[in-house]
Amino acid sequence: MSFTPVILWSDALVFLLLAVGVAAAWYIRRHEHLLLPWRRVAQSAAAMVSLLVLSLFLLVGLLDTLHYRAALPEKNGGETVYSPEVLSVLDKLVEPLRTHTEKTYSAPLAVTLYAKESLSDAQGNVLRDYPRLRYGGAHLADESQLASDILKRALLGALGGLLAGLLLALGGKRWLAQRRLPLRPLLIATLAIAALAGATAYLAAAYHVLGTDKVGQDVLYLSLKSIRTGLIIGTVTTLVTLPLALLLGIAAGYFRGWVDDAIQYVYTVLSSIPSVLLIAAAVLMMQVTIETHPQWFDTSASRADLRLVFLCLILGMTSWTGLCRLLRGETLKLRELEYIQAAQSFGVSSLRILTRHIVPNVMHIILISLVMDFSALVLAEAVLSYVGVGVDPSMISFGTMINAARLEMGREPMVWWALAAAFGFMLVLVLAANLFADAVRDAFDPRLNRTEVAA
Amino acid sequence: MLAYLLRRILYAVPILIGVNLLTFTLFFVVNTPDDMARMQLGIKRVTPEAIEKWKQQHGYDKPLLVNSTASGAGKITDTIFWRKSASMFVFDFGYSDDGRSIGHEIVTRMGPSLAIALPTFLIGLIAYVSFALLMTLFRATALDIAGVALCVLLMSVSGLFYIIGGQFVVSKLWHLVPISGYDGGIGSFKFVVLPIAIGVASGIGSSSRWYRTIFLEEIGKDYVRTARAKGLSELRVLFRHVLKNAMIPILTGVVVVIPLLFMGSLLTESFFGIPGLGSYTIDAINAQDFSVVRAMVFLGSALYIAGLILTDISYTMVDPLVRLS
Repeated sequence: MSFTPVILWSDALVFLLLAVGVAAAWYIRRHEHLLLPWRRVAQSAAAMVSLLVLSLFLLVGLLDTLHYRAALPEKNGGETVYSPEVLSVLDKLVEPLRTHTEKTYSAPLAVTLYAKESLSDAQGNVLRDYPRLRYGGAHLADESQLASDILKRALLGALGGLLAGLLLALGGKRWLAQRRLPLRPLLIATLAIAALAGATAYLAAAYHVLGTDKVGQDVLYLSLKSIRTGLIIGTVTTLVTLPLALLLGIAAGYFRGWVDDAIQYVYTVLSSIPSVLLIAAAVLMMQVTIETHPQWFDTSASRADLRLVFLCLILGMTSWTGLCRLLRGETLKLRELEYIQAAQSFGVSSLRILTRHIVPNVMHIILISLVMDFSALVLAEAVLSYVGVGVDPSMISFGTMINAARLEMGREPMVWWALAAAFGFMLVLVLAANLFADAVRDAFDPRLNRTEVAA
Repeated sequence: MLAYLLRRILYAVPILIGVNLLTFTLFFVVNTPDDMARMQLGIKRVTPEAIEKWKQQHGYDKPLLVNSTASGAGKITDTIFWRKSASMFVFDFGYSDDGRSIGHEIVTRMGPSLAIALPTFLIGLIAYVSFALLMTLFRATALDIAGVALCVLLMSVSGLFYIIGGQFVVSKLWHLVPISGYDGGIGSFKFVVLPIAIGVASGIGSSSRWYRTIFLEEIGKDYVRTARAKGLSELRVLFRHVLKNAMIPILTGVVVVIPLLFMGSLLTESFFGIPGLGSYTIDAINAQDFSVVRAMVFLGSALYIAGLILTDISYTMVDPLVRLS
């Protein structure tokens, strides 16, 4: 089957971020003094386990970023026609999850729908019962085998996962030991995750592990797709925040005078508007622009994607002020230090002083603030989507999942699995990010180290 | 003091002008009133006449900045900028799309918003500071570590979860209070108690951890050692010395939000059906009622600036070293 690769705007930005990240990592590796705080991070068990979890999320997100359009079966002549549906490598990998849609709600690991329907049996009698699912547990001849089949699959899957995890651990053990990473917590975490993933994968082959939603989509699939949206909101936003805050912050602190006044004025105005309201106002305006220019978009995916990119842009435009204020303060302090004054009296140009002496010395503030902001942004996405100023309703995200499931709260019996899945995935992602951010802050913030010792 | 206050209030004016210009640019320059009319009337099959009619109904049928057809002061005042944007400085917010006075809505909806936000704020502050003091008292013990771990866990949970989970457990499973609604006077108690409890609970993670950091920073200082050397008990050191000195960083974060309490909380109010300013804003966003959103943005920033001034005043009350001049 042939296909054509599709690079959406957000994909391009992700690749850009990835390139920046790789370049930064390569640069840091070659400079021992930059590597030192990262070594401290690497010694923290909590940080390394959360990094493991985060990189799994990242892997799912990246797989979901490689987009393509598959070729349709040829119809007219030799010309290949591509499907308007934009798919990703993740979609291909978990294709059964995506295509096995049921009629409507079904509970996790169920074999029947969640509501009774009128069925007619072989004799033509109509009776009300829970109809069997099209795909979930379809291989079972009898519903009574359900419990034993689930148990069997969970155990076998977990065992397989454990084996794979053990192989992985044996292979990576020397590599970890050489770098003096916390071996045992990482090993335990790897095995636990591998077992869980193995069991889930084996179960997901025959059941809907987390149930299905109103239109019968698999909730596990929706959760996996949501990861990319959350990660993009959390990371691409920094592409906007970082340059603005860095340039304006150090310019205000270093040049002072009218430059400082002007920049201070701009960020005071921006930060005096409550952020939700500012975001709401900007997103409403973006909606109008998108609605009145339908000719810009060739597929609905590109339209939803551009809206996501704009949302990141708006979040970035409204959230750079805090970091800018911090950087301005730090630059004000730095410019009075002897080595800067020495550089000035040697006649070093302002630009060179800024790049050689100021920027490297405020890097730790930038890094700490970026990793701390990440989890806040992931959480903000859900809230904004609920308020109605988040991602496009057609884009799968934690916010849209919660929004859709919220209305089912009043149902009897309650449909709880979509909510639980969205909140669960979000909790794991944000918790890992928070723990990692804490370790980064502890390793990079010289002030905090002292107080921790004193305490 | 009075001179300082006057100066601060005067300093707020250019910022409000900036906010006003920003919202004006956002709402009228990025998208023209024609775009908005097309959006409101549906994208397809909109006649130019319908757009003109919509603009006339909502008062958008004027030039943006300069009206060359009018004479005298009308050149400036008979424009969209003057009518829709500059008028907000005298708190004239105009009318919403359904024809009601926005100013009147704001005044009537402030009460319910405050009924939720003020108790949440006060109870929350006391709870967070107490929890943080407790962790500081037992610092570097298992209790402290468990407390911090709990805080990190609580702050990793989405705010929506607290509301949805709280509503489900308290209202649906236990039937203790109604799920949503509001009533004036004393009858409102059963409606507000759950939103307040949820509001307090959802902030406990990040706030307590933040206060704990502040307290720990203070407790490493020399005056604390002196106080201990004098033979004061640990509790006395904590309450008489550390708490007092930690007031400045705490006030910085706390006082600034007091005026914003009027605005209420978007999420809480919309989930619990409280007819306050928060749910008003959400309804306006969903209905794409731009004039209401514009008014809320302006009101919000005015209140925020008031909060900044209040913060400065509060410094003089807790710190004898700070003199405003």
